[in-house]
Amino acid sequence: MNDALLPATATGVAGPSENPGVHGLTRRHHLRWWEALPWILAIAYYFAFPDYLSFGADLLISILFALSLDLALGYAGIVTLGHAAFFGTGAYTVGMLAYYGVWNEPITALILGAAAAAAVGLLSGLVLLRTTGLTLLMLTLSTMALLEQAANMAHAVTGGFDGLPSLTIGPVFGLFEFNPLYYDTQYLFSLGVLFVCFVFMRTLVYSPFGESLTGIRENVLRMHAVGAPVRRRLIVCYCISAALAGIAGGLWAQDNAYVNLSALGLDRAATVLIILILGGYGRLYGAFIGAVVYLALEHFLAQVYPTAWQLGLGLLLVAVALFARNGILGLGDTLWRRFQARRAAP
Amino acid sequence: MTSAADIANMVLGGLSAGTVLFIVSVGLSVTMGLMGFVNLAHGSFAMVGGYIIVLAMNRAHVDLATALVLGFVGTAALSVVFERLLYRRLYRAGELDQVLFTIGLIFIFIATAILVVGPEGQTLQLPPSLDGQLNLGFVQYRTYSIFLIGVGIVIVAGLWLIFERTRIGGQIRATVDNRRMAESLGINVDRLFTITFAFGSGMAGLGGGLGAEFLGLDPQYALKYLVYFLIVVSVGGLGSVLGVYCASLILGVLNFVLTFYLPKGGTIFIYALTILILLLRPQGLLGRKEP
Repeated sequence: MNDALLPATATGVAGPSENPGVHGLTRRHHLRWWEALPWILAIAYYFAFPDYLSFGADLLISILFALSLDLALGYAGIVTLGHAAFFGTGAYTVGMLAYYGVWNEPITALILGAAAAAAVGLLSGLVLLRTTGLTLLMLTLSTMALLEQAANMAHAVTGGFDGLPSLTIGPVFGLFEFNPLYYDTQYLFSLGVLFVCFVFMRTLVYSPFGESLTGIRENVLRMHAVGAPVRRRLIVCYCISAALAGIAGGLWAQDNAYVNLSALGLDRAATVLIILILGGYGRLYGAFIGAVVYLALEHFLAQVYPTAWQLGLGLLLVAVALFARNGILGLGDTLWRRFQARRAAP
Repeated sequence: MTSAADIANMVLGGLSAGTVLFIVSVGLSVTMGLMGFVNLAHGSFAMVGGYIIVLAMNRAHVDLATALVLGFVGTAALSVVFERLLYRRLYRAGELDQVLFTIGLIFIFIATAILVVGPEGQTLQLPPSLDGQLNLGFVQYRTYSIFLIGVGIVIVAGLWLIFERTRIGGQIRATVDNRRMAESLGINVDRLFTITFAFGSGMAGLGGGLGAEFLGLDPQYALKYLVYFLIVVSVGGLGSVLGVYCASLILGVLNFVLTFYLPKGGTIFIYALTILILLLRPQGLLGRKEP
């Protein structure tokens, strides 16, 4: 049995070509040609739709937020309904620093936002990650609601329900100003941040750390049995995921030049969850597909059919849940495999 | 100084609001305990029942009792259709697919309600016999609230009898405790689930109508109160009728007390208490099953 696995890695001599399974395993992390597509499309969007850059920037932020959730939910299997807690922490950190004139250099502000969100992630993770299932779902949800109410009550500092308007954000690299009317800087800056975060996440999930997260998701008992520090891994993963969500939130505050309670609400947490499940979780690109499909459809339906736009969206979600296990990308996988099998069959 | 009327308002108002919450959520607790199905769209069935009851009274001018029966039966029938056609396909699916599916259903219900009835809120017009004040000896309070508390007690007693004293109740308890064992003993879990699903949705429909007074009734109903339903179910314990009743009453009274003393942002304590209880007892107050 070991013969199939050993030669390729142990000897390294043209091994992978001998066994397609090993080939798949050892080259899993290699870049494929189509991985350039999202970025080419994102740059093409910038030139093709100069009037829709604000929507585009929103889309990029949603992708980043969904990616952060993918790390916790898709890879480590932490089912959370409170991820907006970290988005909101990042947004309020960046927003309050800018509003009170403490700090408005955008890149370092994002790092501060990420650090604040990671701190919240660490504290809540230490307490919450003992639980699973419905209890964990409710605990994450309640923690987020707690933060939302706290932000609402601390009216003097956070602006309460109305939030903090007209933030002044410094220019990116000291050169490119954020323009409140024309979102070109916002779009490109968001794209750059998303790219950096994506490369980080891609590296992370293909690292041994990422593999151990998948192991925890698939069979936590075995991971305990092989001596993996399960709880520590989960907490670290939750922290990183929170930091990425914090960056998304900070970016949102910078792009829109305001921050309010909607950053922390159940709406946002549920939407990002839907986006990720719709696209396909635990597979990096699900966040991209899900965000594009969901936001484009929502935008389009709300325009042509403003009274009952949720009908189309609801039908799509139900159809995907019924007929496409693991989202749109999961459906793509199934169809692709069926196509391959048919080609091989005759 | 808080007067006797204020205290009565907090306690009785809170108890009646809690009762409504219980009537809506109890079905969710049992179905989630039975199948582990994360049915976020439960509140939508409450909304459907609420609409049937309110519209039957306001437009067709039937009396409250008939409207309640119509609401219960109508919602239960609709839920059976949904359960047989759609829900059952997802029993074996992961909980995330179930979340996607039920949120999709909520959206469909919201849009349908807007198209069929309209986006505005509906109000329940109480019959005159329930509309006045009732003198309880030590304090006067709204007849309708006291009526609701009474209805709640009757329902809890009825459900307790069904659960503890009938065959089907025993089957439900067995399945909540250990589904595989129950299945291998020959309990038809599939049929059991359809029955409890229909019954639970019917109850939710009743709750939607009876509670239209406090909670209002509009297309966004299911999303607006989703967090409360989930808190009550998880704090009470999956599959525990009494647990859900206690959790609902505590939440209802606490909500009234906090709104009275801390009109701004008092709900923060509800979330803090939820977190505390769930950390100390992850299976809920009276839950027996590890979630």
